[in-house]
Amino acid sequence: MRQPYEFLDHTSEAKFRAYGKTLEEAFANAALATFALMTDISKVKAKKEKKIVLQGKGKEMLLFDFLEHLIFLMDTEGFLLSSVKTITITKKKVEYELRATVLGDLADGYETHSIVKAVTYNDMLIEEKNEGVMIQVVHDL
Amino acid sequence: MISDAGETMTNVQPKRLNAYSYLIEKEGTMNVPVKIFASEKLLQKMMEDRSIQQGVNVAAMPGIRGWSIMMPDAHQGYGFSVGGVAAIDAKDGCISPGGIGFDINCGVRLLATNLEKAEVLAKIKPLLDTLFKEVPPGVGGKSYFKLSHAELEDVLLNGAHWCVAQGYGTQDDLDCCEENGKMPGADPSKVTQKAKERGKGQLGTLGSGNHFLEVQYVGKIFDKKAASVFGITHEGQVVVLIHCGSRGLGHQTCSDYLRKLEDAYPEIIASLPEKDLVYAPANSQLAKEYIGAMCAAANFAWANRHMIGHQTRKAFKAVFGEKTALKTVYDVAHNIAKLEEHTADHEKFMAWVHRKGATRAFGPGRKEIPEAYRAIGQPIFIPGSMGTSSYVLVGTEKSMLESFGSTAHGAGRMMSRTEATRRWRGEQIKNELEKEQIYIKAASWKGISEEAPLAYKDVDEVVRVSDEAGIGKLVAQLKPIGVVKG
Repeated sequence: MRQPYEFLDHTSEAKFRAYGKTLEEAFANAALATFALMTDISKVKAKKEKKIVLQGKGKEMLLFDFLEHLIFLMDTEGFLLSSVKTITITKKKVEYELRATVLGDLADGYETHSIVKAVTYNDMLIEEKNEGVMIQVVHDL
Repeated sequence: MISDAGETMTNVQPKRLNAYSYLIEKEGTMNVPVKIFASEKLLQKMMEDRSIQQGVNVAAMPGIRGWSIMMPDAHQGYGFSVGGVAAIDAKDGCISPGGIGFDINCGVRLLATNLEKAEVLAKIKPLLDTLFKEVPPGVGGKSYFKLSHAELEDVLLNGAHWCVAQGYGTQDDLDCCEENGKMPGADPSKVTQKAKERGKGQLGTLGSGNHFLEVQYVGKIFDKKAASVFGITHEGQVVVLIHCGSRGLGHQTCSDYLRKLEDAYPEIIASLPEKDLVYAPANSQLAKEYIGAMCAAANFAWANRHMIGHQTRKAFKAVFGEKTALKTVYDVAHNIAKLEEHTADHEKFMAWVHRKGATRAFGPGRKEIPEAYRAIGQPIFIPGSMGTSSYVLVGTEKSMLESFGSTAHGAGRMMSRTEATRRWRGEQIKNELEKEQIYIKAASWKGISEEAPLAYKDVDEVVRVSDEAGIGKLVAQLKPIGVVKG
């Protein structure tokens, strides 16, 4: 089985590719990759649940806003992601809508080694093919 | 691991002017040439990624004057390279959030103590533990200074002046700070609620990544006169260097305005080689709003470094007693745009000087420099990477002519974090540095390996080029003895 995400070399920032059989799975893996930059996510307990509902004009914007929202939760509440419980992405009339339930815990007691400052559009890719979806993101660290 | 197809070698060949600078002549869509301050060695590093191409792209920005300038520590960024300077005409040019960076007013503050290396080394471990407690990395809003909505508005408007009004620090701290710690033109109402939410629990926190607080001693003084004016009196004197910025509030402000510009100017985006070069035309409503928000975020950063300075004093007094004195030498911004008067093509003009990973380096006489330093030029701080030297320089008249009063800002990464963690373990780096009497207190081992000294360019070389080019003259070398890392 293909790994859910992998990190690429980037001189100053953090670049990764996330994969999935569906767009939803790739989005979920991009969220996990984002937190894997900051902590050992295998250690994070699923104690807290957060519901996220977002609309975006395109898939890239939706991805940007989804990851940015997770960083917002981390910055304001110390929320660290452990897993994405449910996620659906539907095309409305002009916009896409994302609904997700994510699990995680507060940062107290966990080791964090970096903090993602911001999501960027730099080299962002969402490639949807028959064999699956690939997402590429660069985060500012 | 797969290689990064995005980081390709550039095909532009800069022309060598002398041992410390190169030029790319104006052609195609460029409005100005590109000037690169680099030795052959540093230029070769720049040629390995897209940084030179990014310098060329910036040369095509509307209203750019003189040159698109790249500093000795330049490396690939988004849109603009990190280590780039662009003086863009305030009348008919533009302002670009990407030319300032996500961490608005990331910068460096230096405090000079009345302590000696030997006495600090004797208590270095308890000192680092105390500093780590008083200056937290701040994950999840763990600040000692949680701000109410009204207090945050006040910080955004008044910067470090708010801190002094609350009894933290002194007027001297404000006098010795770029913009006196308060950027004119800040408009807190232009900072989004989301950005404010991120900032209100982060005042006095260090953040992570390459941000750090370092206890250092003066290793060598090159310019006795300038050093003594700055309060750096002798070799062996202990100083503290603080490197951080506007935290989540600034990052969110940059993101928010990139989004607003994307919505407002799809035609500009379509015309750009990289989306992150997007700009607001001078005098547009969005330009005014972004400037108001950027200045407010810059104020948050100055308040942040001021509070960290206050907490640092508290920690030093707890360990070394009440007689310990820490004087703010200066505080410089290295991710910012400032409205300044400059000369290009024999004409004076007002420019938004975008410095993204570059330090202002004003020479003697400029009114922006604190009175105490005005006769010799402003202090410049160039931090090294963890465990390496940092430098104090002084601004020069030549920098006014050659680089719109700017110089380098740091070592600049040359190796990815993933590669660094593959090569070194945090424990190994910590042990090796301890053999050289450099002690580290960090939030995690992985954070130490990501910031491994060898993952950065040689700061000595960056500073040497700046000095030889005359855009920042060497004053003193600072050597680390203790590092606090978020």
